[in-house]
Amino acid sequence: MQTVTLEQNRKMHPHKFTLWVAIGSIVMMFAGLTSAFIVKSNQASWRPVVMPKIFWVSTVVLLVSSLVIQLALRSFKQRKMQQYRLLIGMTLLLGAAFIYLQWLGFSELWAQHITLRGSGAAQFLYVIFGLHGIHVAGGVIALLVMFIKAFTGNVKQYGSTSIEVAATYWHFVDLLWIYIMVFFLVIGS
Amino acid sequence: MSEAMHVHPEVITTHDVHHNEHHVHHHNETFISKYIFSQDHKTIAKQFLITGIIWAIIGGLFSVLFRLQLGYPDTNFPILETVFGHWAKGGRIAPEFYYALVTMHGTVLVFFVLTAGLSGTFANLLIPLQIGARDMASPFLNMLSYWFFFLASVVMMSSMFIQTGPAAGGWTSYPPLSALGAASIGSKLGMDLWITSMALFVVSSLLGGLNYISTILNLRTKGMGMTRLPLPIWAMFFTAVLGVLSFPVLLSGFILLLFDRNLGTSFYLSDIYVNGQLLPNEGGSAILFQHLFWFLGHPEVYIILLPAMGMVSEILSVNSRKPIFGYMAMLGSLFAITILAFLVWAHHMFVTGLNPFLGSIFVLLTLLIAVPSAIKVFNWLTTLWRGNIRFTPATLFAIGFVSLFISGGLTGIFLGNSTIDIHLHDTMFVVAHFHIVMGVASFFGMFAGVYHWFPKMFGRYMNNTLGYIHFWVTMIGSYLIFWPMHYEGLAGMPRRYLDKSSWVSFSQFGELDKMITVVSIIVFAVQLMFVFNFFYSIYKGRKVRTQNPWGANTLEWTTPIRPGHGNWDGEIPEVHRWPYDYAKDGREFIPQNEPVGPDESKH
Repeated sequence: MQTVTLEQNRKMHPHKFTLWVAIGSIVMMFAGLTSAFIVKSNQASWRPVVMPKIFWVSTVVLLVSSLVIQLALRSFKQRKMQQYRLLIGMTLLLGAAFIYLQWLGFSELWAQHITLRGSGAAQFLYVIFGLHGIHVAGGVIALLVMFIKAFTGNVKQYGSTSIEVAATYWHFVDLLWIYIMVFFLVIGS
Repeated sequence: MSEAMHVHPEVITTHDVHHNEHHVHHHNETFISKYIFSQDHKTIAKQFLITGIIWAIIGGLFSVLFRLQLGYPDTNFPILETVFGHWAKGGRIAPEFYYALVTMHGTVLVFFVLTAGLSGTFANLLIPLQIGARDMASPFLNMLSYWFFFLASVVMMSSMFIQTGPAAGGWTSYPPLSALGAASIGSKLGMDLWITSMALFVVSSLLGGLNYISTILNLRTKGMGMTRLPLPIWAMFFTAVLGVLSFPVLLSGFILLLFDRNLGTSFYLSDIYVNGQLLPNEGGSAILFQHLFWFLGHPEVYIILLPAMGMVSEILSVNSRKPIFGYMAMLGSLFAITILAFLVWAHHMFVTGLNPFLGSIFVLLTLLIAVPSAIKVFNWLTTLWRGNIRFTPATLFAIGFVSLFISGGLTGIFLGNSTIDIHLHDTMFVVAHFHIVMGVASFFGMFAGVYHWFPKMFGRYMNNTLGYIHFWVTMIGSYLIFWPMHYEGLAGMPRRYLDKSSWVSFSQFGELDKMITVVSIIVFAVQLMFVFNFFYSIYKGRKVRTQNPWGANTLEWTTPIRPGHGNWDGEIPEVHRWPYDYAKDGREFIPQNEPVGPDESKH
């Protein structure tokens, strides 16, 4: 069903708009969690957490992947399909690497006997980083679908909307990660 | 746009009827793609409505069961043991069963009926039809929204058939009770299923809400400016905004609760003894959950109420054959309510040890809601004033809504005061207040909507006589049930208690409680009659033979009587005016798609 008629083309594509509303919704979820964090951090028996260095590596990985997906979008628009496939594949790999690095960070904390027992910054770290990781994983799945489509699509696809949507979401999880990182560095320790 | 699209009352021709048989948008539809995994917003609306009706019967039945206990605490009902087994040994409702019934009644009616069943139905049905769109911005996400709701329903339903029974911690599921399986059997597996089901429900609401917002903002037909939108659409828009911004916060609260329950964290738990055993948890705060919960919980009240307000505005205007009074004031008050809804959550927490200074700010913000509410009531009454009112069942329910909203709203002013709330908190007064203003009032809005838009949904009318009986019994019954509860509450009678007969100060209300129970059984029976009317009329109701049976201005009545997927056979009509040109320039009504004439007066 064609739901978008010609008159509507000058406006933002509804799918993109929907994504922005969804981003607002996800922001509210993390705002809820981080404000819970602030409330709790002012109470007795609060324990701060020292963040493993590996999270700095994952930050760099995610930042680079954001840059790469932007390049992928540009090459798609310039119809350089070979380059697009390469770049979207790279984003996919970097995303997966990010999740793996997060896992390593969790394991490092766990090895220091910082488990889920308690109610300090570390427990919030597991929950908040974990939920962010799930959002990244959702993005990785979307990228995987696009990656496969870039090779197998019988119908030539010229509209860049879905790639723009994916890129916007990817930048968003990147920004969200930076917010979380800064939040934990400033208030968590 | 073709000339045939103009719907003058005098030129409705019978050829419109033939559209029944052949739709333009035939894509080889199978039974499954047309009725089960449908992406047509109208079918999804019906799916939400029928699932909602099933849940309403279950939730309503639960209230009848616990009312039996409250009205007749000393009587045995052997049939209960026959049906519910050890939950009602000897025909007496077990305490655990009682609290499970109360919890499920609240959860089911607040979320599954009045959120999914109400805005799921009417946002889906009305948004594309009234703004002039062929479907939602993303029909696929819309379908997912229903199926997540269905999945949530299945999980919630399954929790009622497990050995330890469904969640029993109140619909608010406050920790520590909800976080500790050892504390009560209602906090065991039932609670996990409850949280899982609610998480699925949140996903469903979010997918729906995203779609409603982007459809309203992006897919309006030519000429449909934002200030030409019918009021139900504005109401659905604000409802969706509330949902999209507050449900994620509830979800984060639930996630922390799940961690506390199953993974040993202590976000909400601290220094607790269960059965004489000290639990290892420390440093948690149960109040934290209340903040996260009520940050959704309060907007949720308006998520339930706003769609009813919007539909009532439309139905009152159409059926009093008068323009809505103060369209912009209606918009402004909807907007004000939406903003204030986010700023008043702590009025549910006045007795949690909240700082009294903070409390006073929340009192101020809470009482401010009276202003937009009063504006709306004034506008509904002035819309009716000297109107040429057609008393259809829909109109009656809309008027009933206004009545209930006034009665229930006034007691909100009592409860919004933190000082009076200390006395009234957790008494039957609160039960009376929120049932009238939010529960029954929204149900009235929903009934009004069902009666009014039934012809659009199914191409047939519902039976009017049954509709009138339904209205009068429900209207009188609602007041008989909930009005006396105010007195009980003022006398200090607590809510949620299983048996209050051992206190003299409460047992004096014994006869009153019996009366309430009897009336609620009658009212419940009449709702079953409505359900009968609904399903009977789908197949056997009087057929709709004109395109615009109510003489309404909005675009849904320019579609064929039984619209196919895509809604309009030809082009989507263009809009030239606001939707409330009734009784103007000597004409009874002027549809939105009719161009403004050369010597027409301004509205």
